[in-house]
Amino acid sequence: MLGFSKKETDRAEAVADNAVMQGRSLLADARLRFRQNKAAMGSCVILGLIVAFVIIGPFFAVWDHETIDWTAMGDVVGLGAPSLASGHYFGVDDLGRDLYSRTIQATQTSLLVGLIGAGMALVVGTFYGIIAGYFGGRLDGLMMRFVDILLAIPTTLVIILILVVAGKSFTTLFLALGAVSWLTMSRIVRGQTLALKSREFIEAARAGGVSDAGIVTRHILPNLAGVVIVYASLLVPDMILAESFISFLGLGISEPNTSLGALIAEGAGTMAYGTIWQLLFPLFFYVTIIITMFFIGDGLRDALDPKDR
Amino acid sequence: MLSYTIRRLLVAIPTIFLLVVACFYMMHFAPGGPFTSERPLPPAVMANIEARYGLDQPLWKQLWDYLVNIFVHFDFGPSFKFKDRDVNDIIAQGFPISLTYGFLSFIVASAIGVALGVTAAIKHNSWIDYFAVSLGIAAQALPNFIMGPILILTFTLWLEWLPGGGWNGGQWQYLVMPVIALSTSYMGSISRITRSSMLEVLNSNFIRTAKAKGLSNRAIIWRHALKPTLMPVVSYLGPVFVYVLTGSVFVDIYFSTGGLGQAYVGSALSRDYAVLLGVTILYGALTVVVNLITDLAYAWLDPKIRY
Amino acid sequence: MKMTKSTLVAGLLAGTMLSTTAFAAGTHPVTGEALADDQTFTYRILDEHSSVDPQVVEDVSGAEIVRDLFEGLMNQDKDGNLVPGVATGYTSNDDNTVYTFTLRPEAKWSNGDTVTAHDFVFAWRRAADPALASPYQWFIELMSIQNAAAIIAGETAPDQLGVKALDDHTFEVTLSAPLPYFPQMTTHSTTFPAPQKVIEAHGAEWTKPGNIVSNGAYVLTEHLPQERSTRERNAMYWDNENTIVDKVVALVINDENVALTRYLAGELDRTEVPAGQFPRLQKEHPGEAISFPRLCNYYYTFNLSDSGPEEFKDVRVRKALALAVDRKIIVENVMAGGQTQAYSFAPTATAGFTPPTTEMATMTQAERDAMAIELLAEAGYDKSNPLKFNMIYNTSEGHKKIAVAMSQMWKQKLGVEVELGNMEWKVFLETRGNQDFELARGAWCGDYNEASTFLDLLDSNSGYNDGKFVSPRVDELLAAAKTAKDASANYTEVEQIIAAEMPVIPIYHYAGVYMMDSDVGNWPVNNVEQNWYSKNLYKIAE
Repeated sequence: MLGFSKKETDRAEAVADNAVMQGRSLLADARLRFRQNKAAMGSCVILGLIVAFVIIGPFFAVWDHETIDWTAMGDVVGLGAPSLASGHYFGVDDLGRDLYSRTIQATQTSLLVGLIGAGMALVVGTFYGIIAGYFGGRLDGLMMRFVDILLAIPTTLVIILILVVAGKSFTTLFLALGAVSWLTMSRIVRGQTLALKSREFIEAARAGGVSDAGIVTRHILPNLAGVVIVYASLLVPDMILAESFISFLGLGISEPNTSLGALIAEGAGTMAYGTIWQLLFPLFFYVTIIITMFFIGDGLRDALDPKDR
Repeated sequence: MLSYTIRRLLVAIPTIFLLVVACFYMMHFAPGGPFTSERPLPPAVMANIEARYGLDQPLWKQLWDYLVNIFVHFDFGPSFKFKDRDVNDIIAQGFPISLTYGFLSFIVASAIGVALGVTAAIKHNSWIDYFAVSLGIAAQALPNFIMGPILILTFTLWLEWLPGGGWNGGQWQYLVMPVIALSTSYMGSISRITRSSMLEVLNSNFIRTAKAKGLSNRAIIWRHALKPTLMPVVSYLGPVFVYVLTGSVFVDIYFSTGGLGQAYVGSALSRDYAVLLGVTILYGALTVVVNLITDLAYAWLDPKIRY
Repeated sequence: MKMTKSTLVAGLLAGTMLSTTAFAAGTHPVTGEALADDQTFTYRILDEHSSVDPQVVEDVSGAEIVRDLFEGLMNQDKDGNLVPGVATGYTSNDDNTVYTFTLRPEAKWSNGDTVTAHDFVFAWRRAADPALASPYQWFIELMSIQNAAAIIAGETAPDQLGVKALDDHTFEVTLSAPLPYFPQMTTHSTTFPAPQKVIEAHGAEWTKPGNIVSNGAYVLTEHLPQERSTRERNAMYWDNENTIVDKVVALVINDENVALTRYLAGELDRTEVPAGQFPRLQKEHPGEAISFPRLCNYYYTFNLSDSGPEEFKDVRVRKALALAVDRKIIVENVMAGGQTQAYSFAPTATAGFTPPTTEMATMTQAERDAMAIELLAEAGYDKSNPLKFNMIYNTSEGHKKIAVAMSQMWKQKLGVEVELGNMEWKVFLETRGNQDFELARGAWCGDYNEASTFLDLLDSNSGYNDGKFVSPRVDELLAAAKTAKDASANYTEVEQIIAAEMPVIPIYHYAGVYMMDSDVGNWPVNNVEQNWYSKNLYKIAE
């Protein structure tokens, strides 16, 4: 045709064919944004390294996590210091047990506790909060009153009682941690849902005939994602800290197993006694895990929130 | 709004009542009692003790007596562990202490946290942003229970600036370390939530409109951005306030302040039912009030939310 | 008038008694050391005390305070021997069932009232009275006082207790059976006098500073719960002129490492040494790190009741486990505080009794290990068929270390697989008390310095025998010991039975391990019960 270049004609035909236009899904968009976030990607790498360390590390260990090295025990400050020769890469703890293996086992435990605990809180809390916030009215009032009552029971009490009544084990630990952490999540989700509910695009969707379930899943949830995920990434360290508080009270993981919180507490006690490695190694892993979780959480928020940047 | 507040307060009463009943029964479920001791008491002695403290009555009767004492006489009863003191004494002595350093920590953490978060968001992606974020992260990543020994080592032993513990009526030298220890990690988390919330707000349409209209940055932030920013922060601050007051066990243990956090955990571990219930009621009432204030603040910040 | 000279002398005496600061910046009357200007002794306690009411107090920190505030019939000197307190002395009848104490007329309460025998009668009746519900009621019964058991059970009125005030200064006690160590028991806080008028006036508030009236060398002037408690010189105390320390402050510090830090910063004069730190502190602060024997033991008890595991019914298994514990490592490396290895149940420091040397004590550890492996194999267990059981202890850093060390010793030497369980104190007591365990930690500090306070624990009727060890011969020997003139032969045989049957694994005998500021003088390091009195201490000028 006159007046049109070949390129334009081809494109016009392609448009008509609906062939070329391959939209990018929202998720792909998000993934791309996440990958461009250097801090978050870096954190993923580091966290991956830590997980790899936890899996592969034991193969390089000379000592296991519970065997006492009697000679090191007699002279923790001298013989117990980190050294490649003695096989105690990270030194020994106050009882002469290899800190390298103990740190690996502790990291394993803490990661599990953090992720599973936060996951439980996220799922239950979000579900609860959305229903309360979205349906509002008396249901909201009732649900939130229930949360208020539960929140008013001091978490220490709940944790202590659950652990004391149900006995000490991994499952009761998660039960106790999960029982106290979903509450605040539900309040935040409910608050955000309330705010979102009155926005125009929700009205529009309702006017357009979208079902309640559809509005919740397709409109409210994605908009909640930002705050929820940031808060969940804040929960992981909280879970790890809560577990260390539980160990502090003597209700935590039984010896010879340990967690990062327990190791750090022991190390903090002996830090002035010339055995600073007992604090530094577990603290390093703990802080690194938490910081990486923060950056990943930020990255996820940035990636999933379409309005940012 | 007023009727909402009154409704909430009315609902609070049965809430606390249910809380007391639930706690009471839960506690008696836990193994061990206040008088379980290394030297098991001969049955005759144990009988005397139980009669004196009313523990030989059926559970529902004990609960009833307890409730009557509280709501009619405002008497929380004698402590089972500390024979010279009763619960009213313990609470009257410990609560002001916890409240003082807790409130101070809360103010410090909120003020610094919000300021850091807002600054970081405004100067997004500048070195100020990275610095503030790093600071917040570092503050939050450090476990709060090691702050105790570290601070004491630093300020009492090495620098010799501050006394190592105690309360002494609340003189400022005894407040510094507890407040630092308690506010640090919350300061970090508050700054991060503020920053992420403000970033979202700054990118929203109405801010863009305000900017397009030519408003100065300062006006935008103070008059338009701050309120919506603070909403998720406020939801977070409510529980933080309660945690700061009730979760201050570490401060009490390491700094010997005599606050309520320790009385509370100690009573749970020593099965001192009276103290445990008394403090639980106090914390419960506090939580209900703080939640109410949080929700009201929410409504003030977002005019679309109306109860 | 005849009275003039004595009134003059009395007046002079009263004058000297009232001068309180005679010692500041002076020298010690006996040793000649220069005394510090500030005679304040500050020490750390682990936890807030339960009470300062002498008939109610049940914990060690409370008892320490009560010992300074009140004074009983007798005191202990720095070696643990009986010396006069409020009583100048006592006599007993032929069969030692009636004791008569003569009280000194100059003993006064801090409000000026004289301390009379009636105060003791009131106090002892009060201790036994079910209405007070004292957790130490049983101590009155332990003293074998006439009618004590009936009063505690509520069958008789408290005024039927076998105590009488013959006059204001003569106090008579009637026992239901002769008890050789009865006089030693009058140093215990439950037997201290109580001010009846004050208690009746203030009720439950009588122990608060300002209300409290006490007859000891000090008066309670300040009590900030969970923070500190302060006691200051009682000018009315009959021996006030010999009291040097003016003020004693007890600081509550829960964490032992923080306490050590504050000690090093100069805020305390005394604190406990965290386990394992003693050798290093001895080197870095010579003279300040001290350790001395204490009258307490530390052991693990097998559950020998019906609910206990079958394996433990076999004495060879019990012996093997006891043999394989390397007590030298525990005492020197884990505790490292000068504790002594224990091969007997009663500590070697017990007065009037030396536990027999058992076979186990004379072997080398290598020999013990070999015998352990042999015994265990005989019983049917070795590394291919490992013995498995659980062991519980109450939550504490120190107990954890010992338990882990023991479990590792057993694992490495015998292939035994142990499941460790720590629980909070109350749960632990309940669990152990219900025989809901297999191997549990135990410890005991003597109520008085005589072997029966320990060995009675293994009497089958004892309420403290959580392992439910039953030996009719032991019961027989212990019953006979109560009335025997010299019970050492009985006690020796009991220890030998313990060594043969091994119902418990003795681990170590306690040592008091403290950091004590070098300016604190006259700490009673030889008193194994650690009944210390602030009035005997003094602070040396630096």
